[in-house]
Amino acid sequence: MTGKEEARNTRTIAVDLVARVEGEGALRVTVKDGTVQDVELRIFEPPRFFEAFLQGRHYSEVPDIVARICGICPVAYQMSAVHAIEQVFGLHVDGALRDLRRLLYCGEWIESHALHVYLLQAPDFLGYDSGIAMAKDHPAVVTRGLRLKKAGNAIMTLLGGRSVHPVSVKVGGFSRVPLRSELNGLKEELLWARDAAIETVRWVADFDYPDFMPDYTYVALHHPDEYPFNEGQVAVSNGLQISTTEFEQHFVEHQVSYSTALHCTLQGTSYLVGPLARLNSNQDHLTPLVQQVLADTRTVMPLRNPFHGIIARSVEILYALEESLRLIDRYEPPPVSALPVVVRSGTGMACTEAPRGILYHRYQVDGDGVIREAKIVPPTSQNQSRIEQDLRLFLPRLLQLPDQEVALACERVIRCYDPCISCATHFLNLEITREGVA
Amino acid sequence: MKKDKPHSSAVRIIGLGNGMRGDDAVGLLAARRIRQQAGDKVEVIEAEMAGVDLVELMDGAQAVILIDAARSGQAPGTIHRLDASARPISGRMIPRSSHALGTVDALELARAMGALPAAVIVYGVEAGNTEAGQPLSPAVAKALDQVVDRIIQDCEACHA
Repeated sequence: MTGKEEARNTRTIAVDLVARVEGEGALRVTVKDGTVQDVELRIFEPPRFFEAFLQGRHYSEVPDIVARICGICPVAYQMSAVHAIEQVFGLHVDGALRDLRRLLYCGEWIESHALHVYLLQAPDFLGYDSGIAMAKDHPAVVTRGLRLKKAGNAIMTLLGGRSVHPVSVKVGGFSRVPLRSELNGLKEELLWARDAAIETVRWVADFDYPDFMPDYTYVALHHPDEYPFNEGQVAVSNGLQISTTEFEQHFVEHQVSYSTALHCTLQGTSYLVGPLARLNSNQDHLTPLVQQVLADTRTVMPLRNPFHGIIARSVEILYALEESLRLIDRYEPPPVSALPVVVRSGTGMACTEAPRGILYHRYQVDGDGVIREAKIVPPTSQNQSRIEQDLRLFLPRLLQLPDQEVALACERVIRCYDPCISCATHFLNLEITREGVA
Repeated sequence: MKKDKPHSSAVRIIGLGNGMRGDDAVGLLAARRIRQQAGDKVEVIEAEMAGVDLVELMDGAQAVILIDAARSGQAPGTIHRLDASARPISGRMIPRSSHALGTVDALELARAMGALPAAVIVYGVEAGNTEAGQPLSPAVAKALDQVVDRIIQDCEACHA
């Protein structure tokens, strides 16, 4: 083909914005002669700034600093950080303090998932171009979603001191723990929210889903006794199960030329983290009520369609509400709000389950308690390669559609992952280039 | 999120932004300054990265003044006064948040749900440097003084 012919056969579709994705970044798709040639998700990444920013800081400052990485999942950043640093100091937080951390994490899952389910992803299934357009026709549904989110906010505000960027989390525990009466004060609204969460699962289970089942490698924490939040082994669906201290031996970050974000792969291949992976790996730890709702909605596990992520998130909202109520009922205030810390040098690693999947932190701390090195692997960096892979698989069925519809469908695929690109980036633009005959 | 106790002030002032990203903090800082200067004459909320929670923060208010960083291409420190009461303000003026729903989206969500207060004024201060960990740039620091004065005048007009 001559250059002239190639130019004539090249079509470019450019969409300036992928809406309803947490954060900012860019997607470039190249289609040549009807075949998808290239899919590049470009992300611009603040966490790398934070890794450098943390160097030279005292360990006690870390929870407040990392909470600023993301306005949606600050608890995840705090939890991975304190667990990694506690590993350095040989500190094991247990009992009521452990429960409170779990409860705080429930609050974040409820808040984050409710936002995504109701305002970011549901419009895709109901034929709206935004949550705002959907709210005009379905104000009661959106009101339910916002009230569910608020139930999560209430947990965050009580335990974290405020709903955004909680300030009470510290190495060893909390700066303040709640009274029993304060936690009991949440119960009435959480009971309402539990019913609303059941309705949510029923609502999303009725959506029409594209027939799309890629062959995923799932990665999630797995704990012998509970649905994972802060602890567990890193379990891969191929049977590999490792300690979080071995994470970097198996999961390797590498640079790609088109993005400042790093891509994380498992033995060179893409993998999936997040609610789908968690739910599939931890079905045995769901409560009887959650199991019943899954059965009632004829939800067949494991979920292998990425669009079913909205079901997984809804199920996790319900689980998190049940778990919150259980933790509140058994709460006895701990004798101290935080365990005493004896500083020592060393390196600590931790994975916790952020709403969007595994969040890995590693810290090297010196004998004065100063951070010498920090490494953060956010879930979206881990899913990036998998998102690109999904788009490669999904695009062939779209190529006969007008450019605008292809772009919108790509956005819907990306949104399945609820990519918190702000954990890893700034503004998202979408560009599709078609070369040759479509 | 710092919130004064509910009281019967005529106007609720909500400062938005990210306190760790340079000029993006201007709304938060303005709200803090207004709280110090106006005392309990007005209800003030510092709502760091409120996103969709802005819908709830406006709930029940008759009149709301929002202060946020803006980016429209004009010189840093330029103050925009926009009336969102009757129709949407341009999404190009207040940048989309990196957190799903930004200020403009949250206002329109409230409007769609019939939950928008009767009067909503948005002060947008044109941002320059929004690098993490930076202080306000000089032009925006100067605009901060001006925007605080203008909002206090607005409030006094409401009380007059």
